[in-house]
Amino acid sequence: MATTTAPPQARSRSVFSRPTALDGFKGYLATTDHKKIGIMYFWSVMLFFFLGGVTAWIIRAQLASAESTLVTEEVYNQAFTLHGLTMVFLVVMPLGAAFFNYLIPLQIGARDVAFPRLNAFSFWTFLFGGLFLYSSVLFNAIPNGGWFGYAPLSTQIPGDNMAFYAVGLQIVGISSLSAAVNFITTILNMRAPGMTFMRMPVFTWMTLVTNFLLLFALPIIAVALFMLNGDVVFGTQFFQPATGGDPVLWQHLFWLFGHPEVYIMILPAMGIVSEVMPTFSRKPLFGYAAMVFAGVAIGFIGFGVWAHHMFTSAVGPVARSAFGLTTMFIAVPTGIKIFNWVFTMWGGKVKFTTAMLFSVGFVSMFTIGGLSGVTHAIVPHDAQQTDTYWIVAHFHYVLFGGALFGLVSGIYYYFPKVTGKLLGEKLGKWHFWTWLLGFNLTFGPMHMSGLLGQPRRTAVLPAELGTDVALYNVLSTAGVAVLTVSASIFLFNLVTSLRSGEASGDDPWDARTLEWMTPSPTPYVNFYEIPEVTARDEFWERKYAEAEDGSLRPVPAGASQDHDPSTSPASADEHGDEFPATAGGTATVDTSGNAKASPDDVALPEDEALAKATPDDHGGDTEHIHMPDPSYWPLIMCVGLLPLGYGLTFANPALLVVGALWLMMGLFGWILEPVAEGDDDDPEPSAAAA
Amino acid sequence: MSDATTADATTQAAHHDEPTVRQYVEIAGALSVLTLMEFSTYFVEFGWLHIPILLTLMAIKFGLIVGFFMHLKYDTRLYTRLMVTGLVGALTLYGIAFLAIAEVPTLMGS
Amino acid sequence: MSAAVEETSLGLDNRKLAMWVFLGSEFMFFGAFITAYLMYLNTTAGGPDGEIFDIVYTSVSSFVLLMSSLTMVLAHHAHEQGDMRRMRMWILATAFQGLVFVGGQAYEFTKFFKEGLVPTASPFASSFFVLTGFHGVHVTVGIIMLLGLWSYSRVGKVKASQPLKTEIIGLYWHFVDVIWVIIFVVVYLIPWG
Ligand code: HEM
Ligand SMILES: [Cu+2]
Repeated sequence: MATTTAPPQARSRSVFSRPTALDGFKGYLATTDHKKIGIMYFWSVMLFFFLGGVTAWIIRAQLASAESTLVTEEVYNQAFTLHGLTMVFLVVMPLGAAFFNYLIPLQIGARDVAFPRLNAFSFWTFLFGGLFLYSSVLFNAIPNGGWFGYAPLSTQIPGDNMAFYAVGLQIVGISSLSAAVNFITTILNMRAPGMTFMRMPVFTWMTLVTNFLLLFALPIIAVALFMLNGDVVFGTQFFQPATGGDPVLWQHLFWLFGHPEVYIMILPAMGIVSEVMPTFSRKPLFGYAAMVFAGVAIGFIGFGVWAHHMFTSAVGPVARSAFGLTTMFIAVPTGIKIFNWVFTMWGGKVKFTTAMLFSVGFVSMFTIGGLSGVTHAIVPHDAQQTDTYWIVAHFHYVLFGGALFGLVSGIYYYFPKVTGKLLGEKLGKWHFWTWLLGFNLTFGPMHMSGLLGQPRRTAVLPAELGTDVALYNVLSTAGVAVLTVSASIFLFNLVTSLRSGEASGDDPWDARTLEWMTPSPTPYVNFYEIPEVTARDEFWERKYAEAEDGSLRPVPAGASQDHDPSTSPASADEHGDEFPATAGGTATVDTSGNAKASPDDVALPEDEALAKATPDDHGGDTEHIHMPDPSYWPLIMCVGLLPLGYGLTFANPALLVVGALWLMMGLFGWILEPVAEGDDDDPEPSAAAA
Repeated sequence: MSDATTADATTQAAHHDEPTVRQYVEIAGALSVLTLMEFSTYFVEFGWLHIPILLTLMAIKFGLIVGFFMHLKYDTRLYTRLMVTGLVGALTLYGIAFLAIAEVPTLMGS
Repeated sequence: MSAAVEETSLGLDNRKLAMWVFLGSEFMFFGAFITAYLMYLNTTAGGPDGEIFDIVYTSVSSFVLLMSSLTMVLAHHAHEQGDMRRMRMWILATAFQGLVFVGGQAYEFTKFFKEGLVPTASPFASSFFVLTGFHGVHVTVGIIMLLGLWSYSRVGKVKASQPLKTEIIGLYWHFVDVIWVIIFVVVYLIPWG
């Protein structure tokens, strides 16, 4: 039988009974389902994206005119610091995590991640970390020393502002580190039979690389933040020049983490684009192996370039030359990727859906950002550019034009997978074109104003820079207005499509990879039966065979090619060259078995879908499905991070003790919780016998 | 990597020639002797060899613990690779950072 | 899930793999502290420097921690043989040695405090205390895990059939020991001066 509830005698040892509710609000609080966790990441990111936008407005409003006094310098410093922190740590990174969560188990053919409760822990830690950072507003101590937190400024600012920075990032870092351990284990060890490394979808590959980067980069920033925390709150002397402390140590540690961090933000987007491009070009990805190796190479070289952020700091000539060279090298694998995307489209039947438009936008905007990046690799050149708006232009072209465009492309592409509905194409096109326009209007002029000498991180735009620079700044601010309109269109599109979007069917894009073999929205169990993988584009191979003249022929449903009946291809007529989504909700997978009896399964709430998945429905002869039980412990344990965090911020021993004890209690509750089969522990013998 | 499964199945089977209690105690004895030798360097002057000797003793102790107590000798190579990645990564990255800092003379304290 | 180990892609247990993945990252963690310490060896702001260390005292407590690795591995061995009584005995012995080590460290710290070596004294002092302090925190976490393992095995939550649990906690414990092997030489024994 499906063991989703632990046997009663095992249950009695826990403080709470293990929750079994799968739906509603409580279902989210206790969920250990990677899909729900992914969705929670997504909505939290939307909240923080809004806040990041508010801070952006403060910056741009202030800079709209020269010598402006709209906000004080203190408010400006807080705004640009909070903006950077929010966008980096609370938007781009967790939006990537949202995709990891939702997609990785689906792409590798698994029922969940390796440690479902740890996964929930990662999410709650991220959310509490973000809220902790924002709670600095209540204490009038918003971080104000920049997202890079340069010492000795950061150690000498009076007040608790930078303590919130140090502790807040530390908490968010714990979240990412635990997620990294989880996803590395999952990808290495939970792939479906036949899914070799070189058959993994490129998004899975990029996720693996990203999580290795997180694994080895986060400890570095953790140490740096502990030191900063000590200096700011507890009087240690790491970065205090007065006693011989070296602020350059902070810069090294920060950028040792910071440069891998930028690849942590871009690689998931690169993975998504590598899924979208082949689908809408109706061609396999060009140069799969090169794509994978370029991603791995970026991961390695990304650790060896950090001092290019310090060319004008106390770094000697040997180091400057060496890091200038390695920085130029990293453009090579990046270039390989760009060419591969272009060649993927080349000669394909390109279909410009919104998702595809965002991917094309990604490639073009990212290329611009990459090119300006290479200009800072040239040391004397960078000495002129550093700390100007040229740098701001560079990193917004790679982060907004790059990472965010790619991730938004993923939102359009995977919305049907998550909801079973299409995200409105018409509004989507409006969203894309206004987004592209607003983005270039905002950040394009920064190239010019930067070259003309406009300093970054400076609260007041100096009038002496002249009217040209003032004009470029007006354009930038106008660009933010366009982006605001665009974001509103997106939000409206999101909400209306959720309510009344056109039904998408299971496979609206005629896609290639495993995640589209499951019904949309994905049922609780993901796969009624774990598929056996024989090819790189497994789903596509099951749908199409190549005819003698090289043209594609749909494989008829139930033909010999499929390995297991419950995951067999959609019926042939779904896959003409017509845009399949127009077929509406009829594109359900023909199950040719009893695993999924009726097409309206797609619309079932998850718990019913689960009920459907019980072997009774399967006719009894199918495999044993065991899923992780929900649990409150991850959430409960994470609450302890708050007293611990405030204790570290305000040097309050009582709070520290409460937090530590709370975490310990949570940990023991977690361990003592009765486990069910399929959970991250050995099954209780009684459960195993069941 | 479909063959990985079979390859690792054999490493799992190799579990049988894990050390016996006796061997564990012998390893601990070796560790004790090595520690004693380390300790003795405090009283004896080895000149320029001093630091290399200490680092060598340290490396042997490290190898014994991870190899036998942490079973890396008997487990899948993947675990060794994970550890070596962390260890070598830390040595090179922090080594380079250290050299970069040392290149700027005024910043290295006295 | 141990029954399902054969079903995983690499034929490995998820939890053990995850522990190794985590330990890989821990090298980066301690490496940064050791780097800062080496950088600040001579940055004592006129306060006490490495001369203050009591090598004999530290050698003894280092030896205790080293031997705790032996008892740990014996506990795992006993667990593999299904001998839970002996396993519990060795676990307690390990935790006890860990406690001796942490207690010794606490005593050493208070002694240093009296002699003027406090974390706020100089970059040297800060990096010494933060490095050894974080190691001490790791040992403490290890002790808590050992005591948890001990009590769970008493109530039958950890069974004779699950030596993997002891093994994973052991991996963490040996790692903490190995880090001290490095600290002992790099921080205490090498006469950098
Ligand atoms: C072709 C590849 C790239 C090269 C050669 C490159 C080079 C550089 C250099 C040399 C700097 C330092 C400039 C200065 O401060 O004077 C820099 C800054 C920056 N880059 Fe890149 N970059 C590349 C790609 C990326 C990517 C992909 C991202 C993120 C997704 C990124 C994000 C950033 C950020 C955020 C900064 C500014 C950090 C700060 O000072 O706050 N870069 N880049
Ligand atoms: Cu960089």
